[in-house]
Amino acid sequence: MRKLIPWISTIASIVVLVIIWKLVIALFDVSPFVLPQPEDVVGGVRDLASENTFWSDVRVTLVETLVGFGIALVLGIGLGTLLGRVAWLEQAMRPVIVASQVVPKVALIPLFIIWFGFGITSKIIIVAMIAFFPMLLNTILGVRSVEEGHRDVMRSLNATRWQTFRRLEYPSTLPYILAGMEVGIIFAVIGAIVGEYLGGDQGLGYQIVTSLNNLEAERLFAVIFCLTLFGFILYLAVVALKRFLIPWHASADTTQASA
Amino acid sequence: MERQETAEARDRAGAASTGVVDDAPEGARSETVASTPAGVEGDVRSVVSGALPEGEEAEIELRGVSKLFQSRRRETLALTDINLGIRKEEFVTLVGQSGCGKTTMLRILAGLIQPTTGEVRIKDRPLWRGNTRDEQALRQLGLVFQDANLFPWYSVEDNIGLPLQLRGVDKKQRRRRAHELGELVGLQGFEKSLPRELSGGMRQRVAIARALSYDPEILLMDEPFGALDAMTRDKMNMELQRIAGATKATVVLVTHSISEAVFLADRVVLLSARPGRIRSITPVKWSRPRQLEVTAEPGFQDTVVDLRHQLIEDEERLARQGQGVSE
Repeated sequence: MRKLIPWISTIASIVVLVIIWKLVIALFDVSPFVLPQPEDVVGGVRDLASENTFWSDVRVTLVETLVGFGIALVLGIGLGTLLGRVAWLEQAMRPVIVASQVVPKVALIPLFIIWFGFGITSKIIIVAMIAFFPMLLNTILGVRSVEEGHRDVMRSLNATRWQTFRRLEYPSTLPYILAGMEVGIIFAVIGAIVGEYLGGDQGLGYQIVTSLNNLEAERLFAVIFCLTLFGFILYLAVVALKRFLIPWHASADTTQASA
Repeated sequence: MERQETAEARDRAGAASTGVVDDAPEGARSETVASTPAGVEGDVRSVVSGALPEGEEAEIELRGVSKLFQSRRRETLALTDINLGIRKEEFVTLVGQSGCGKTTMLRILAGLIQPTTGEVRIKDRPLWRGNTRDEQALRQLGLVFQDANLFPWYSVEDNIGLPLQLRGVDKKQRRRRAHELGELVGLQGFEKSLPRELSGGMRQRVAIARALSYDPEILLMDEPFGALDAMTRDKMNMELQRIAGATKATVVLVTHSISEAVFLADRVVLLSARPGRIRSITPVKWSRPRQLEVTAEPGFQDTVVDLRHQLIEDEERLARQGQGVSE
């Protein structure tokens, strides 16, 4: 019974949303150019899905997101591990990290488009940059939060460096890295889309721009819906990875809210 | 960083400890039960040597051990001139007010901290050779901390088997050993559970089983039941006696509960603070394992009260000296 609750609430909230949506249109007599009917949006999604160009757009955005996120993952974990272990280096780098965090990275996107062109490369770099910071910061935090008591256990057992890494440091850091990935993958999708609509000629972000320019609200809503689904699927993939890699961790447990 | 020592620090700690030795009466070399009368408060520098009498073999031995902690701002002499011999299969408890160095002493015994001066011998082997620990000596030590310190990513049986895994014992044997120990410490049926599914008492049982997995002859415990509620604690103390008997382990246990210390121990070692020294060693006469009824015996409460007085005196002495003055 308990397991059913999230499903019931999901369906209920969709129903409520659709009702409010329809009510708003009826009550305020909203033009379909501004807010189309829900069923028209569903039709729009169906139309989109039947277009070949749409699927190639999905592929482009997917490649940008995944390649960029992969780069962020490797660099974030690598540099994060280094900075987490070498205290003086982290101290030296801190101003740079803080500064680069404060910069609204979305504002840099036009710059990257000038530097790396309208193609896929600039989007990958944008995605990597945006997803990099949550990965870096979480990894630093994770490396640091290996419990002293656990280290004592390994020390008292005369564990080698490799054993300490394999049996203690790696599993302790993993939940932090996965938490970073949960945030990072969402950031990555945002990066790809914003990159595409600020300067691109393909991808889901570009679809938004063209729908807007043609004043096709239906299509615009349909693209937004597809993008939501797109981000959701990627997010679920990370959650699945988490369940697979750290089933022991409270955050991966669905049967109870708290341990 | 804090634990790093310089040669200078070593010298200073050495000087401090020799100073104390000079003050100590010659007779204090043999095992004595300190009976400082409440009136003689001037004798705060008295120090008891817990070295075993000539000819008796010690399972664990601390010889002239001192420990100086250094940080950027200050130096703290945590322990000075500790001489203590512990017999095979003996149960020794360490008590003292917080900050008296009892945990430091246990960590030194465990090889987690290197003493600034002096020597630790386990079964007549030095624990430290230069800056490395002697593998043979280390193998004799099983450690239990106040926190169970279980690895949350391993099941109960994998936690128990961790020390064996690090030593390359194969999975089948680890499972068998975990099962055996699970039975010994009362964890049957929980082998596949994760630590977070267990209560505090159960976790501590796992920690004890883990410490016993490679058959160490010495069990070192730092307030093992300090985080448990009083009822669980009593129960665990009974279990601990049984486990110690079954494994014929020599046990050194740190606690801040005097009655617990007296109840469990063959000898209670009381440390005084700033710097940490052995202030008294009190033998407890009842044979182990003991039933709770022992606590009602005449003499039991007397011992507890006597030790409590010693602690209070020590606290008053510190208050007079002013806090934070270490030497």
